[in-house]
Amino acid sequence: MPHLENMVLCRESQVSTLQSLFGERHHFSFPSIFIYGHTASGKTYVTQTLLKTLELPHVFVNCVECFTLRLLLEQILNKLNHLSSSEDGCSTQITCDTLNDFVRLFKQVTKAKNLKDQTVYIVLDKAEYLRDMEVNVLPGFLRLQELCDRNVTVIFLSEIIWEKFRPSTGCFEPFVLYFPDYSIGNLQKILSHDHPPEYSADFYAAYINILLGVFYTVCRDLKELSHLAVLNFPKYCEPVVKGEASERDTRKLWRNIEPHLKKAMQTVYLREISSSQWEKLQKDDADPGQMEGLSTYTHVELPYYSKFILIAAYLASYNPARTDKRFFLKHHGKIKKTNFLKKHEKITSLVTLQLLTLVGHDDQLDGPKYKCTVSLDFIRAIARTVNFDIIKYLYDFL
Amino acid sequence: MATSSVSKGCFVFKPNLKKRKTSVPIEEYFNKGKNESEDSKLRFETYQLIWQQMKSETEQLQEELNKNLFDSLIKFLQKSHSGFQKNSKDWGCQIKLREIPTAALILGVNVTDHDLTFRSLTEALQNNVTPYVVSLQARDCPDMKHFLQKLFSQLMDCHVDVESKEQEKDIQKKICCSMDSLSSWYMNVTQKMDPGKPGKKRTSSNQWQSPPVVLILKDMESFTTKVLQDFIIISSQHLHEFPLILIFGIATSPIIIHRLLPHAVSSLLCIEIFQSLSCKEHLTTVFDKLLLTTQFPFKLSEKVLQILISIFLYCDFSIQNFIKGLQLSLLEHFYSQPLSVLCCNLPEAKGRINFLSDNQCENIRRLPSFRRYVEKQAAEKQVALLTNERFLKEETQSLLENLQVYHTNYFLILRCLHEFTSSLPKYPLGRQIRELYCTCLEKNIWDSEEYASALQLLRMLAKDELMTILQKCFNVLKSSSEKQLGSSAKRIEELLAQFQSLDEAKEEEDTSGSQSKGLQKTDLYHLQKSLLEMKELRRTGKKQTKFELLREKVVNFIDGLVREHLLPPETQPLHEVVYFTAAHTLHEHLNAAPRIALHTALNNPHYYLKNEALKSEEGCIPNVAPDICIAYKLHLECSRLINLVDWSEAFATVVTAAEKTDASSVTSEERNEIIHARFIRAVSELELLGFVKPTKRKTDHVARLTWGGC
Repeated sequence: MPHLENMVLCRESQVSTLQSLFGERHHFSFPSIFIYGHTASGKTYVTQTLLKTLELPHVFVNCVECFTLRLLLEQILNKLNHLSSSEDGCSTQITCDTLNDFVRLFKQVTKAKNLKDQTVYIVLDKAEYLRDMEVNVLPGFLRLQELCDRNVTVIFLSEIIWEKFRPSTGCFEPFVLYFPDYSIGNLQKILSHDHPPEYSADFYAAYINILLGVFYTVCRDLKELSHLAVLNFPKYCEPVVKGEASERDTRKLWRNIEPHLKKAMQTVYLREISSSQWEKLQKDDADPGQMEGLSTYTHVELPYYSKFILIAAYLASYNPARTDKRFFLKHHGKIKKTNFLKKHEKITSLVTLQLLTLVGHDDQLDGPKYKCTVSLDFIRAIARTVNFDIIKYLYDFL
Repeated sequence: MATSSVSKGCFVFKPNLKKRKTSVPIEEYFNKGKNESEDSKLRFETYQLIWQQMKSETEQLQEELNKNLFDSLIKFLQKSHSGFQKNSKDWGCQIKLREIPTAALILGVNVTDHDLTFRSLTEALQNNVTPYVVSLQARDCPDMKHFLQKLFSQLMDCHVDVESKEQEKDIQKKICCSMDSLSSWYMNVTQKMDPGKPGKKRTSSNQWQSPPVVLILKDMESFTTKVLQDFIIISSQHLHEFPLILIFGIATSPIIIHRLLPHAVSSLLCIEIFQSLSCKEHLTTVFDKLLLTTQFPFKLSEKVLQILISIFLYCDFSIQNFIKGLQLSLLEHFYSQPLSVLCCNLPEAKGRINFLSDNQCENIRRLPSFRRYVEKQAAEKQVALLTNERFLKEETQSLLENLQVYHTNYFLILRCLHEFTSSLPKYPLGRQIRELYCTCLEKNIWDSEEYASALQLLRMLAKDELMTILQKCFNVLKSSSEKQLGSSAKRIEELLAQFQSLDEAKEEEDTSGSQSKGLQKTDLYHLQKSLLEMKELRRTGKKQTKFELLREKVVNFIDGLVREHLLPPETQPLHEVVYFTAAHTLHEHLNAAPRIALHTALNNPHYYLKNEALKSEEGCIPNVAPDICIAYKLHLECSRLINLVDWSEAFATVVTAAEKTDASSVTSEERNEIIHARFIRAVSELELLGFVKPTKRKTDHVARLTWGGC
């Protein structure tokens, strides 16, 4: 099918495996297929386009959205119902609470004549969320074909390997299909595929080449890369638009874009600066170095006593208890551990600010234990404001 | 209460509705000793009036301070979704990730103040951006289900259409909330609104076909990572049909976003940062508008002010708490000081003086400041003041008038002095005006070393610095309409003119201007150096330049003003009427020490119960004290682990000493059992209060948890 090949790039072997698994429309397919691979390796896209172009009856569900079993089951059933009766448009909401009900209702729904004689596909995206649901869900879906005695195939999509799914009680083993990461050549091919209409494909491909040269070492996420490509493309075109260089003048274009991309890697890619701010900067031709990113706002103003509590907590968290004597006896009274007013209230407020965290169980009411989670730089900054030389009291710096 | 049921179980009895609340009108509480003559009702009314004024003033202040922040936030929100609607067919927009516009609002650690900010923010957004504004708190959303439910129900409330409300309530009951149902609901609502009549709220939001939904997460830090991540992932998938905008309320720093969210999730957000005013600056403005003004007659003494400020700086950074403290002092002042009835604006107070009772006149005579004043008067006037009510009232009127004038001048000169000292190196008199105010309230400021060194530094100022300061002072003095300081303003004007004329006569000066050139800079090193030089100059008896003479004049002038007007309030007669001095009470209320109170109650029950029989010498246990007190006192004598048997023996000994008289009425067996039961109850009460807890280390022992326990 040449049409499909045009839409799905660099995934020929996976597509053909899937196609041969699916077989003819009326054939029984493998009961469950488990597809895994890294983020943005085309799992969802391939499955979706395949099912759509082949016009197979299918239901696509994202498990993140279905935080309860009920939501998941109802969504599948309602979508199926919609498929089977699209023309008369009856829209009675099916309610379904358990897997048992689901099997019964599923049989009813698939009785419709347009679903009866062909394989129905249920795709569960982000299948790792199934593991957190009731224990019977995953095994149940794995052998759904057997349970409801219908021509149905469940496809699981996940970023996690199958071994991490397998329940301890054992289950039906699905067909496991791996989507490997795209190679740099693949990325180049896919990214240059969607070139803007006003520029030639070659011109855009050259741009993608430069982009990959900068970003490939840190990021192989296709989505992120294409996002970055779109963001920075106007800057690349700038000399051409201004008439300073022709489309073929690759060297000049390269010199223009390369430092810009490097800056983008330090800012937009890390989401220090939002994309819209980046675009605005590009338009104004300002220096992104001036822009204040997220991490520049490190300063936290704290009340005086809170600072001391935090310092004490930090010392307690990072010094072994046996060294307390050594540090505090000599300089007796340096840290006043006298009555801090409203001490406990303060501690809880620090916990809510995520500067301290509770370790141990919540139910230990009489002796809660906390751990200080701030970094050394942070605590040094705090200690400096109250004239406390924290380095002198830290075991690691002896 | 009895039930007609035969079975055993728990029954709920609803409180009897007929029972009416027997509430006392609030002003009754002001009647301490039922002494009508002390105008308690009037005092209460005055309190309410002043508090209302102060409250509205602070609210207005808050609004002004937030205005900038809100304006920029609204601008961001307005443009954030419009872009996508405009050119959604563009090449870039199809490929680019669609990010959720997110505003990170950095509010500072004073969490108690945030509620107010969010409330006004919600209002502002509803008026300007979209009717759909929802705010969530972390404690309401332990998981996705609750999160979405809360979101859903609040969105429904936002929706203006009243008719369909009933219908929607049914929907809400039926559907388990999912993002799907949420977005379909949204589509429904917006489509319904679209062709429809222009509603009241529509006018503001009609620039969009579909107004965005703004979700405010009030305390971003406390949300669990999983909920936040899942929600962002889900809503980013629905973004094209459910235009969501997030606002994160952040108390610490925006790095927390990266800490909470992995890159895969944070890349779905388009974050912009908005910073609110720092709470210290906020305090300064509150100070300026509420305390350093004659608008409100009520004043705080130095000690009270110190307490309020230290609570703010050391404990919580909360403006709300500061204002609450202010309110408490106001209330306490009107409650405890009978003469506070005169603490209102001057014309009103003058009127009230005429109606003062004899008792109140006596109160005036008893005021220490008034007594001091009387002693200074001539003999016949003294007699008149102490015996003649009418004369006293007239005198009081004029004294109050003087007090008013004193305050007006006081604040003006205080501000002038602050202009002078706030730019000096090392800030000898404090950087903030509140520090200066505290020092001035405490004592004669000119007696302090800091003041002397500040004057010394002022004598070093360069000309242009001096001139800008003088100009500012002139503006301060000019701003008030009072006549008393008009002459001072004029004097400053003259001085300024003289400085200007110096400029014209510069050429002549240049010959001897080498010294003044060296004084242009005012950092500390140069200062010391030039100080030495100055001394040397004086020793050699070299003549000062014109500029130096003039500068000396300015410094002497400001010194004179300070000495004349910045007298501490204690020197003013009748200052007790307007100054609240009971710092002790305030401290007790604001910095409550529950442990100490508990200890006092258990250790010395007489303190609270006021029963004569309970009075005892230090350290011994009165045997008629409540059981828990006896058990508590006995447990104080033990170390970390307490043997229950010994404890019970000791308890029995103490208790039986009390009951010797009626020992004959019950058998000793029974009595022992009763005492045993009482002991068990006392111990379990102590356990409930957290003084002891059962331990597994030793049988029949309990562990002590307080004071010397560890």
